[in-house]
Amino acid sequence: MSMHKPFATTLDVGSSLANHTGSWRTERPVYVDRLPPCNHACPAGEDIQGWLFHAESGNYEKAWRALTENNPLPAIMGRVCYHPCESACNRGQLDAAVGINSVERFLGDEAIKRGWAFAKPTMNSGKRVLVVGAGPSGLSAAYHLARLGHTVEIQEAGPFAGGMMRFGIPKYRLPRDVLDAEVQRILDLGVTLKLNTKVANIEDSLKAGSFDAAFLAVGAHIGKRAFIPAADATKIVDAISVLRSMEGEEKPMLGRRVVVYGGGNTAIDVARTVKRLGGEPLIVYRRTRDKAPAHDFEIEEALQEGVMIKWLSTIKQAGEGNITVEKMALDEKGFPQPTGEFETLEADSVVLALGQDVDLSLLDGVPGLEIKDGTVQVGPNMMTGRAGIFAGGDMVPSERTVTVGVGHGKKAARHIDAWLRSETYAPEPKHEIAGFERLNTWYYHDAPKTVRPMLDIIRRQSSFDEVQGGLDETNALFEARRCLSCGNCFECDNCYGVCPDNAVIKLGPGKRFQFNYDYCKGCGLCVAECPCGAIRMEAEEI
Amino acid sequence: MSHQPVKFYQTGTFTVGNRLLGEEDRSVQARGDRSNALNSGHRACQGCGEALGARYAIDAAMAATLGRMVAANATGCLEVFSTPYPETSWQIPWIHSLFGNTAAVATGIAAAMKVKGKSDVRVIAQGGDGGTTDIGFGCLSGMFERNDDVLYICYDNEGYMNTGVQRSSATPAAARTATTAAVGPEPGNVFGQGKFVPAIAMAHEIPYVATATVADLHDLEAKVTKAMSIHGARYIHILVPCPLGWGSASHDTIRLARLAKETGLFPVFEAEYGEQKSALAIRRQVPVEEFLRPQKRFAHLFGAKPNVQSLARIQAQANRNIRKYGLLQEEGIHA
Ligand SMILES: Cc1cc2nc3c(=O)[nH]c(=O)nc-3n(C[C@H](O)[C@H](O)[C@H](O)COP(=O)(O)OP(=O)(O)OC[C@H]3O[C@@H](n4cnc5c(N)ncnc54)[C@H](O)[C@@H]3O)c2cc1C
Ligand SMILES: Cc1ncc(C[n+]2csc(CCOP(=O)(O)OP(=O)(O)O)c2C)c(N)n1
Ligand code: SF4
Ligand code: SF4
Ligand SMILES: [Mg+2]
Repeated sequence: MSMHKPFATTLDVGSSLANHTGSWRTERPVYVDRLPPCNHACPAGEDIQGWLFHAESGNYEKAWRALTENNPLPAIMGRVCYHPCESACNRGQLDAAVGINSVERFLGDEAIKRGWAFAKPTMNSGKRVLVVGAGPSGLSAAYHLARLGHTVEIQEAGPFAGGMMRFGIPKYRLPRDVLDAEVQRILDLGVTLKLNTKVANIEDSLKAGSFDAAFLAVGAHIGKRAFIPAADATKIVDAISVLRSMEGEEKPMLGRRVVVYGGGNTAIDVARTVKRLGGEPLIVYRRTRDKAPAHDFEIEEALQEGVMIKWLSTIKQAGEGNITVEKMALDEKGFPQPTGEFETLEADSVVLALGQDVDLSLLDGVPGLEIKDGTVQVGPNMMTGRAGIFAGGDMVPSERTVTVGVGHGKKAARHIDAWLRSETYAPEPKHEIAGFERLNTWYYHDAPKTVRPMLDIIRRQSSFDEVQGGLDETNALFEARRCLSCGNCFECDNCYGVCPDNAVIKLGPGKRFQFNYDYCKGCGLCVAECPCGAIRMEAEEI
Repeated sequence: MSHQPVKFYQTGTFTVGNRLLGEEDRSVQARGDRSNALNSGHRACQGCGEALGARYAIDAAMAATLGRMVAANATGCLEVFSTPYPETSWQIPWIHSLFGNTAAVATGIAAAMKVKGKSDVRVIAQGGDGGTTDIGFGCLSGMFERNDDVLYICYDNEGYMNTGVQRSSATPAAARTATTAAVGPEPGNVFGQGKFVPAIAMAHEIPYVATATVADLHDLEAKVTKAMSIHGARYIHILVPCPLGWGSASHDTIRLARLAKETGLFPVFEAEYGEQKSALAIRRQVPVEEFLRPQKRFAHLFGAKPNVQSLARIQAQANRNIRKYGLLQEEGIHA
């Protein structure tokens, strides 16, 4: 450098990279995975956001595989699950919840259509587990146990697998080929299914088969009775037997005018079945529509099909060809009280749909069990008071749904697996919930929910064809893409873009991002502008 | 608008990128190989809107010119925080001149390129609102009037921020600055006549004038790209919130830019040869208070006794913009 040049032109150009502005920071952003409310609400513990992520890019097989990590029955779930996930979905606060259930069904149907199978277990533990009952809970446990390498035998009293999914839920809501396909795929894992094999005494069956542990899921099949003074000729039957007989050769003979007593989903299913058989169903229920345990959409669908409902009425007596009902009135606490007003209605038969009790006879003489309110008590690990015997589904205290049963089966399988190794299973701690307030919803497009097609009313009244249709490829994709990806990075590049200091490193597709703390000043723009709440500010340790 | 929002891909084109979109529909900022014209290590405040806006704009210009460009830079934060001798954050040929002569320097560079037969090397002049709307205004008007082949970008943070937040002719009414104290019957900056340079640029009937904010990246990039496809004098005015001068949280920079647009206080539009061609419609309209309240420079308008009069006058300004530039969806001009 010449000595005559002014100082300000003598130095070589340096890069500002030498200036580590990260030292200004008092808080640092960190990438997190928060728990989406849908996942949190799913009784089967599905990673919904996780499988929707794959569906969004059209990778349906990967989505299905991610889904079935937790739940082996997506085509069934997509039809009969009451989808508490959708009630919790954050998108509900924006326009309408993501149609999680319809995408699930699409994936389930796609898997059946394409013949996707589960990966076979890679090891054998040498342990034998007995599963009693081939309902959703037993099937789920068998699936997870088999994948964990155990030898599983299901003993089922009935002539087919499925439990209430076959002998309760009518065909028009769950076509049997769908049920068969999903059951078969579980059996293909190497699970043994013994039909027409009622377990009379669990200790004997355990010993006879040299089992190391058992999972009981016998459901609740004994229809509750109510005392109704009746003439000999009156036909009084219970709903479960009516629905069960629908699966046999002989269809139930109930006459033309059929009174269904109760206000739950079973009452609705029986009434809609009667309608399809050509009868005239009348539901009699002691409280009001909003107090009825049946889901409102099911009541609505029944009414559309021409099912009649008499609210605020109890049956006092059944005569020949008629019944007498008493009108009720709700007291200030919402309980129905008799009014002394009576009415006679035409009735060829009365179907009682008043709930079910559990048949616990297989547990007679088992030591250490605790039975309360007709159900078997289990610990947080799903084990009964008798070591090695676990239980789940309708026979334990809980909400009685297919999805809860599936969740119990999974949970029990994990604990059984640990128990067989004399260990305890400790689930990973749950992430904090990605509530709506965590989202920056500016970035999401307005996109109305896709509605699933419904069968025309004439066929709904006269056939057992499936009522609700599925989505096709394009609208399933659209629906999946409505997901906000709550709490989990979906690679929108916002953090990478909005950082004024280029302190976010893009790692490439599927690899997400990383902070460059040498330059991050901790302004928090990435946190504020992350649409899905996948970044958190943490105080810097000083 | 020159870009089409792609619908129903979860976020459409509102986000910077989107793994579900083709590369061509993603922004320059989403690219792993964007030029990062303004590199890390610069000394701008946390959450500086000007640093962000400058990288957005210059990276887009670099992409549009395949890296064949030069920039002249007025004195101001952008120059001071990026280039303390002998270090610089700029990864482009860059020249600092004076506070008020940037447009003229850029004109000179363009002329020199022409003489050297390098007309493919494009020239950008950039400066703050002070350097543009006040001291550099004469040079700028000359550059427009001569239709020199320069894109001038003004990063408007509504004050002389580099020297300690003094008022400029772009400072909004009622804002408190170091020179417009929040005292007296009309606290803060006066409700003056206003000096909206994009409108003055339009009056020169130059080929292209546009406004943008750091909250609408796709729009900003589309405008820079379009400007680089045109020869002659072009002007882009970008609103860049300043946490220090506005008294706002560093994480609110983009939110405030968004609110400036959504209230109607800052109209986002483009014009060709003096005629408005399009406007970026307001998507979720909000009252001006939403924009004003998070900023300490407007704190005196709120509190126990809100200054309803001033608030009403500011809302009237927003309403006027909405009317004048057609900022509501139904009324907007959409090319
Ligand atoms: C009419 C009706 C409609 C319903 N609709 C829905 C719905 O739409 N969505 C929903 O989520 N839930 C619905 N449910 C509830 C749901 O079907 C049950 O909660 C679920 O099936 C319970 O699963 P599980 O595995 O515990 O028992 P189950 O499904 O009842 O299965 C138990 C199985 O164990 C077998 N078994 C019983 N005793 C023995 C024994 N001693 N030895 C061997 N095998 C034995 C039974 O034969 C049966 O196959 C409905 C229920 C009914 C009755
Ligand atoms: C002729 C002259 N007068 C005053 C200054 C001092 N000065 C440097 S930057 C600046 C203000 C810059 O304001 P603006 O252009 O709005 O840029 P900002 O810092 O806000 O980005 C001033 C007054 C100067 N450099 N030259
Ligand atoms: S938007 Fe997606 S991730 Fe969020 S709750 Fe709904 S389904 Fe789950
Ligand atoms: S004073 Fe304002 S414009 Fe200047 S560096 Fe700080 S935030 Fe950016
Ligand atoms: Mg300024």
